[in-house]
Amino acid sequence: MSANIDQLYNFALLDEDAKRAIRRSLLKAVALPGHLVPFASRDLPIARGWGTGGLQITLALVTPDDTLKVIDQGDDESVNAVNLRRLITRTTGITTTVDTAAATVIQTRHRIPEEPLRDDQILVLQVPMADPLRWVEPHLERATVMHGEADYGKMWVYLYESVVRAGDLRIASQYPVIVNRRYLMDTTPIPRWDVPKLHMAETLYLFGAGREKRIYAVPPYTAVEPLQFEDYPFRTEYRPGQRCARCGAENAFLTTHFVADARGGRWEATCSDANYCAKRRAQAEATA
Amino acid sequence: MTSEHWLLHVEQLTKHFGPTCPDCRRLTGPDTGRSRCPRCGTVWACVDVNVQLAAGEVLGIVGESGSGKSTLLQMIHLAIRPDSGRIWYCDDGETPRDLLALDRYEARHFRNTRLGIVYQRPELGLNMRFSVGGNVAEKLLLAEWRHFGRIRARTAELMAKTELPPERIDDEPATFSGGMLQRVQIAKALASRPALLLLDEITSGLDVSVQARVLDLLRRIQWEDGITMLLVSHDLGVVRQLARRTIVMKNGHIVEAGLTDQILEDPQHPYTQLLVSSAL
Repeated sequence: MSANIDQLYNFALLDEDAKRAIRRSLLKAVALPGHLVPFASRDLPIARGWGTGGLQITLALVTPDDTLKVIDQGDDESVNAVNLRRLITRTTGITTTVDTAAATVIQTRHRIPEEPLRDDQILVLQVPMADPLRWVEPHLERATVMHGEADYGKMWVYLYESVVRAGDLRIASQYPVIVNRRYLMDTTPIPRWDVPKLHMAETLYLFGAGREKRIYAVPPYTAVEPLQFEDYPFRTEYRPGQRCARCGAENAFLTTHFVADARGGRWEATCSDANYCAKRRAQAEATA
Repeated sequence: MTSEHWLLHVEQLTKHFGPTCPDCRRLTGPDTGRSRCPRCGTVWACVDVNVQLAAGEVLGIVGESGSGKSTLLQMIHLAIRPDSGRIWYCDDGETPRDLLALDRYEARHFRNTRLGIVYQRPELGLNMRFSVGGNVAEKLLLAEWRHFGRIRARTAELMAKTELPPERIDDEPATFSGGMLQRVQIAKALASRPALLLLDEITSGLDVSVQARVLDLLRRIQWEDGITMLLVSHDLGVVRQLARRTIVMKNGHIVEAGLTDQILEDPQHPYTQLLVSSAL
């Protein structure tokens, strides 16, 4: 451990009992892919709803040898990511990185990195709303029974009605998926773009909802299938001809933002994954 | 058990609500005219009920309010768990299985695929926030239909069969009349081609001409599909039109069972005699 750790705190802020309890919930979550496992969400120096679920998983997981990456909407430099990274560094002293390939634990909100993840990496997702059934069943007790009996008819009718009213599956993010052919799971607010990355992945995905006090997981090599109809299949946000204005990537999730210039400004689409974009640009410069 | 093929065999089914006391069974039943034990307040909804249902048969259950007929139906629908007894189910050529041995997940699967139910109040059987088509589609989606076009086609077919205007497939159930809602429930119940249709007081509260149309529809479905039905009603007229065999329940017990015509023409039990004489 380095000398700059605040010794008022235990390693990784949480006490050892709390970490052990969270790890137990994580083991249960891995054993039951997609199942919502309750856990005693601790009070933290950040407010619930700002990534406390993911943070608690990360704090329970990290060892002094880990290398951590924290992203928010794919960006290492956004306020939320910077604050979480600072908290974890100050209470553990572990190394951090922005390089996806160099990280052993990646905490993220809203994105899965574009770079393929390996089996020695763990992705921790911050979850705002854990239960996909809340769209059709507001009562938690009833929703729990529905999960237990795999009673997902209402969710399917929700999709059916979406096609009836909108002519297509109109779900922008947190697309519902069936995990391991059993549990219906919410994919957090990751865009549809990232949903296929969960299917038969090499990496362990852990999901933490601090406010809702739930943990769930997608272990490596687990089937993750989006709800879809044969004649109205699940689709990502991909548009033919899309291209990042900075690095030129044609097969990456893009975000648009307004760039002001002398002529009044224009909309520009760039990679949402900042590290991926920067790496591609560095590569292009090196080869040029 | 008889040698002929039976679909459902209910054996010694008992259900009570309350604490029970040693005198309960003596103080309740049709002879005392009570279901509720005066000493401990326990309600005996069903006591040692035995029913056998042949494949393709329509069985009527009649009795006054509180006689336990709806409880019996709900137990067969696997919605209420009995205290004791067995519910054997046997598809043609298969070995009988006890439905009460199924866990909740299996029971739900069984209910979705083999049973259909129509309630007296449409809001129990239908989700009033979904469209009519969505309600019917729910059964198909639960049976793993995953092609939107085919689901729509089957829903339209079921609506035609139940004499509902197909152009109203995407309307809210709240905009439908009572008789139409009963037909929506029937369409939904038939969607997964169930082996057994459970009908709970389906014509109560409908006016007479609408009642006649719903009964006509059920008779036609029975005729065309040969579907097995269990019909609960306090209306002897309904039972007479649909059911070949009838059981009469009072205070949780079966007091008389036999051919419908026989029971209506020559009732043996004093309660049945009262029922028949007051209805006709």
